[in-house]
Amino acid sequence: MTATVPLPATPAAKGGGRAVRTLPFIAPSVAVLLVWMIVPLAMTLWFSFQRYNLLNPFLTGFAGVENYQYLFEDPALWSALANTLLLVGWVLVSTVVLGTLFAVLFDQDFFGRGVARLFVIAPFFVMPTVSALIWKNLLMHPVNGFFAYVSRSLGLPVIDWFTNIPLTAIIVMVAWQWVPFATLILLTAIQSLDRDQMEAARMDGAKSIALFRYIIVPHLMRPIAIVVMIETLFLLSIFAEILVTTSGGPGVATTNLTYLIYVRALLEFDVGGASAGGVVAIILANIIAFFLIRTIARNLTA
Amino acid sequence: MNPKLVRKLALTVLAWSVAGIMFFPVAWMLVTAFKTEIDAVTPSLVFSPTFENFVVVDQRADYFKFAMNSVVIAFGSTILALALAVPAAYAMAFYPGRFTKDILLWMLSTKMLPAVGVLVPMYLIFRNTGLLDTRTGLIIVHTLVNLPIIVWMCYSFFKDIPNEILEAGRMDGARPREQLFYLLLPLTLPGIGSTALLAIILSWNEAFWSLNLSAANAAPLTAFIASFSSPEGLFWAKLSAASTMAVAPILIFGWLTQRQLVRGLTFGAVK
Repeated sequence: MTATVPLPATPAAKGGGRAVRTLPFIAPSVAVLLVWMIVPLAMTLWFSFQRYNLLNPFLTGFAGVENYQYLFEDPALWSALANTLLLVGWVLVSTVVLGTLFAVLFDQDFFGRGVARLFVIAPFFVMPTVSALIWKNLLMHPVNGFFAYVSRSLGLPVIDWFTNIPLTAIIVMVAWQWVPFATLILLTAIQSLDRDQMEAARMDGAKSIALFRYIIVPHLMRPIAIVVMIETLFLLSIFAEILVTTSGGPGVATTNLTYLIYVRALLEFDVGGASAGGVVAIILANIIAFFLIRTIARNLTA
Repeated sequence: MNPKLVRKLALTVLAWSVAGIMFFPVAWMLVTAFKTEIDAVTPSLVFSPTFENFVVVDQRADYFKFAMNSVVIAFGSTILALALAVPAAYAMAFYPGRFTKDILLWMLSTKMLPAVGVLVPMYLIFRNTGLLDTRTGLIIVHTLVNLPIIVWMCYSFFKDIPNEILEAGRMDGARPREQLFYLLLPLTLPGIGSTALLAIILSWNEAFWSLNLSAANAAPLTAFIASFSSPEGLFWAKLSAASTMAVAPILIFGWLTQRQLVRGLTFGAVK
C-alpha cells in the first residue's frame, strides 16, 4: 500500500523550498556586505573628485580630475606601481616554483612526514608584524643578525639588507610567508591525483621526471592558477611588512601602492589624493578579481 | 641496503632540510625568547636559557591588555560572522534559488576589494562615529572582512550533507529553523569548528585594519608587536618572548585545521 503513496522527488523537494521563505536567512549577510561594499566605495569615489585635506579646512569644493592629474604626474605613483609589480611578480614566481617542488617532495614517503609538513606550513600562521620584526632584527640586521653572523664566519661581506637591497629583503620575507600557502594548496591538489594513473605510468616505465612533467604538472595547472590569483590579491595589499621594516624607504624604494595611499591619507591627511589612489588600487585589483571569480564560478555547482 | 630504503633515507634528509630552513626563523625567535638581552644580540646557540623575558612580558600589564583585545576581537568577530553566515549558507545549500550562485559569487567579490581603496572613508566613518580605537569597531570590520569566507566554508560543508536527512526531519514536521539547529548543525559540527578556527586565525593575524583603526586602547597583538619596531634592537629577547606568546596559539590552531583550511582559502576550488 505504501508504495502507492506519491513521494516528492528529491529535486522537487529542493526546488519545493520555494515554499520556504529563505529571505530572512540570507538577508542579514547580504545586507551587511552590501553596506560594507557600497558605502565606503561610493565615498572613495566621491572624495577622489573633491578638494579635501583634513589639515586645511578652507580647501573645499569640486576638484574635477585634479586629484587624478596630480596623482598621475607624481613620480611616486609610478615608482609605487613598479614596486608593487616587482613585489607581486617575484613573490609569485618564487612561491609557485618552490611551492610546487615542496608539494611534490612532501608528498613522498619519508620518515616523520606529518611533523615535517607542520614545520613547512608554520610561517603562514605567523602574524605579519611578527615576521617583519623577526626578519628585520633577528635575521637581517647588519650587525647582530643571524645572516650577518653567518657571512662573517664564512669571511664574506656582510649585507645590510634593508638599507642596500630593501625591496629584495621584503620580497624574500614575503615569499617566506607565502611559500607555505602554495605548498599546502598544491600538496592537497597532488593528493587528489589519481594514484592508479601514476602507478600505471610507472609500470610502463615512465621516469620520475616524466611523471612530474606529464602527469603532475598538468594536473596542477588549475590549482596553480588559483594560488596565483589569490596570492596576487593579498600581495597587492602588502602593508604591515613594509610599515614595520622600512616604512616605505629608504626614500620611496619600498613604497608600494598600498603604502603610498596610507601615507597620503593618514600621514599627509590628503583625503582627495588618497582616494584617487584608492580608486586606482581598486581598478587594479578588479582586473585580477575578474579572472579569479570566473575560475571559481566554473567550479561551482549551485 | 635495499634501494627503496636508501631512497627513503635520502628523501628524509632532503625534506627535513627544507622543513628546517622554512621553520628556522620561527625557531630562532623561540630560541631568542629564552636568551638574556645580552645573549640575544650575539647569534650563538651557547647560552644559559632563562624564563626572565616571559616573566617580564607577563608582568607588564599592558601585554595582557593587548592580548585580551586580540582574544575579544577574534572571538567576537568569529561568533558574529558565524551567526550571520550559518543561516545564509543553510538557505543557499538546501533551498537554492535562481540567484544563489550569483549571491555566492558576489559575496566573494566583496573580498576582492582592496582594503586600502576604502581606507579613507573607513577612517573618517570610524572617527565620526566614535568607533576609532574601539574593540567594537575592529570586531565589526573583521566580521565584514571574513564573512564571505565563512559563508563559503559553511556552504561547502552543508553541501556535503545529503538532502534526504533534512527531508526526514521535514516529514516529521520540523520547520526550517529546527532542521538547521537540531539536524544540520550537530552533523556539521566538525566543519563549523574548523570554519571558526580559520576565522579566529584570520582575525588574530589581521594587520591592515588593526594597525590603521586602533591605537592605545583597542590595539590587538598585531599592532602592539609593531610598536616594537622602534627603538631598534633594544629589547630583542623580550620582543621574541612577546612574539612567541602571540604566535603560539595560532600556530597550534593552524596545525589543527590545515586540511579544511585549503577549502576555505581557495573558496572550495581545491579540496
